[in-house]
Amino acid sequence: MAAANDHTVLQFASPSPTPTATTAILTARIHPLVIFNVCDCFVRRPDSAERVIGTLLGSILPDGTVDIRNSYAVPHNESSDQVAVDIDYHHNMLASHLKVNPKEIIVGWYSTGLGVNGGSALIHDFYAREVTNPIHLTVDTGFTNGEGSIKAFVSSNLSLGDRQLAAQFQEVPVDLRMVEAERVGYDVLKATAVDKLPSDLEGMEQTMERLLALINDVYKYVDNVVEGQTSPDNNIGRFIADAVASLPKLPPQVFDNLVNDSLQDQLLLLYLSSITRTQLSLAEKLNTAAQLL
Amino acid sequence: MATMARSFLQAISKDEAVAPPLRVVQIEGLAVLKIIKHCKEFAPTLVTGQLLGLDVGSVLEVTNCFPFPVRDEDEEIEADGANYQLEMMRCLREVNVDNNTVGWYQSTVLGSYQTVELIETFMNYQENIKRCVCIIYDPSKADLGVLALKALKLSDSFMELYRAGNFTGEKLREKNFSWMDIFEEIPIKVSNSALVSAFMTELETDSPVSQGDYDRLHSSTTPFLENNMEFLIKCMDDLSMEQQKFQYYYRNLSRQQAQQQAWLQKRRTENMARKSAGEEPLPEEDPSNPIFKPVPEPSRLESFLITNQVSNFCGQINGVAGQNFSRLYLTKALHDN
Repeated sequence: MAAANDHTVLQFASPSPTPTATTAILTARIHPLVIFNVCDCFVRRPDSAERVIGTLLGSILPDGTVDIRNSYAVPHNESSDQVAVDIDYHHNMLASHLKVNPKEIIVGWYSTGLGVNGGSALIHDFYAREVTNPIHLTVDTGFTNGEGSIKAFVSSNLSLGDRQLAAQFQEVPVDLRMVEAERVGYDVLKATAVDKLPSDLEGMEQTMERLLALINDVYKYVDNVVEGQTSPDNNIGRFIADAVASLPKLPPQVFDNLVNDSLQDQLLLLYLSSITRTQLSLAEKLNTAAQLL
Repeated sequence: MATMARSFLQAISKDEAVAPPLRVVQIEGLAVLKIIKHCKEFAPTLVTGQLLGLDVGSVLEVTNCFPFPVRDEDEEIEADGANYQLEMMRCLREVNVDNNTVGWYQSTVLGSYQTVELIETFMNYQENIKRCVCIIYDPSKADLGVLALKALKLSDSFMELYRAGNFTGEKLREKNFSWMDIFEEIPIKVSNSALVSAFMTELETDSPVSQGDYDRLHSSTTPFLENNMEFLIKCMDDLSMEQQKFQYYYRNLSRQQAQQQAWLQKRRTENMARKSAGEEPLPEEDPSNPIFKPVPEPSRLESFLITNQVSNFCGQINGVAGQNFSRLYLTKALHDN
């Protein structure tokens, strides 16, 4: 019995519920701009610094997801046992950013490089004073392990009885929302140089090619299943059936009428805009040519 | 010593040589994303921001940008705005970002951006920076899956005319200047650092279809077209008002000329009478008479700008209609199958 009392227990101190922080952080959602920012700051870092740190801005959604939308770099000095962060700069930039978008508040901080080290704990402490439960993002710009990993951490304190021992960084799943990047176009953002932004019709062409490729793939898959070369997967079959069934069931005559009506509308618009253009050039000639003086 | 002096002079004279004409604007992917994010967040309010970068030869590189806070119509905040700019530039300088202003960007609604304010802002910038460019982004076109990013510059001939402040018909005809010569559109090139492209290559989603494709295949473009037509009609109304101003001016001018002729006739007969009476002939011109006061010709700047707008709208309608054609034929083919 005495032996049992001798065992002390390591406890995780759960973050005390404050009126503002209602739920624990479940996932982190990152927008592509943040990654671009981090890479850009890393490329521009002063030669003496090994890694770059900065502040993450965004918002915390009520279901516990942290939405990270923007970021900026903060100059800092790091030696083996000391870390100095330029706090004034951090506050100035924060004030400037808040002027533009007051809804984007500090949600955490980022650093480049793979792991979490002692200096990071100190910096995390500093950010914990600014916002409850900050999130720590590491972006591996060195591509160790052959991949550029993006990880997010939340820290919780390890305490032994009343004494604080260490801070444990627990990993949080990261959700990369690349919707905006997709909209711009991956080929535009991937290549080191793109000579021309694609125009409307070129983009349309690309999309249609992709659609054709998709349809071909589905066709081949169905053929393979029918011939018995690949095992049928019920889910995929159901998806295909849903897709085919989603075409509206209109009698061909009605459908033709619909398409023709739309076609005629578009032609009308084209005609109107061409007429306006001709009118403009005519008026131009008349205005400057017909001067009575 | 003489050779050194000459080379010094040569160096100075080379500085004053005209810079090569701007041929392409090179933007970093980071700046593109920032512009898109800022414009989209505040749509439909129009927002602006500053472009930072380098001016190298015939290429204008834009490496970063920052947004301007939305300002209320309050004169006290003028100083705040300038402070904000200085603060941002200083902070960005500390992290080694080029803090060289090369222009500004603004969002627009359906492409209606040719206003007098744009020209005035251009002239303001031109006084301080040798080469500046304005990037226009249209967030409403992003719903159609098109990246509507344009780089504009005022043409040199237009700037000279504007400084002279004179937009009468004669001067314009002399220079053979039409409404198409006001703005020059410069092609945009997008560049990315190697690190960024490495990341993007790795993070690219595996799905063969992206959000942009979904947007493009969406066949409901009616709201966009409707709005475009509405703006077009409004512009035509404005244009016809401007035309009426001109007609009024011409009418006044011809009436004044008729009056002048009549007065001249009268003077001439008077002079004949005086000559026969042996008196001094009166002068044939009388500057104090109000009918000799020259009627001011209205400036053509507004009508030029409106014409530009109209042509822009027409172009947009053409583009969207073209897309719609392809979509309709696609649905037709699908249905036939």
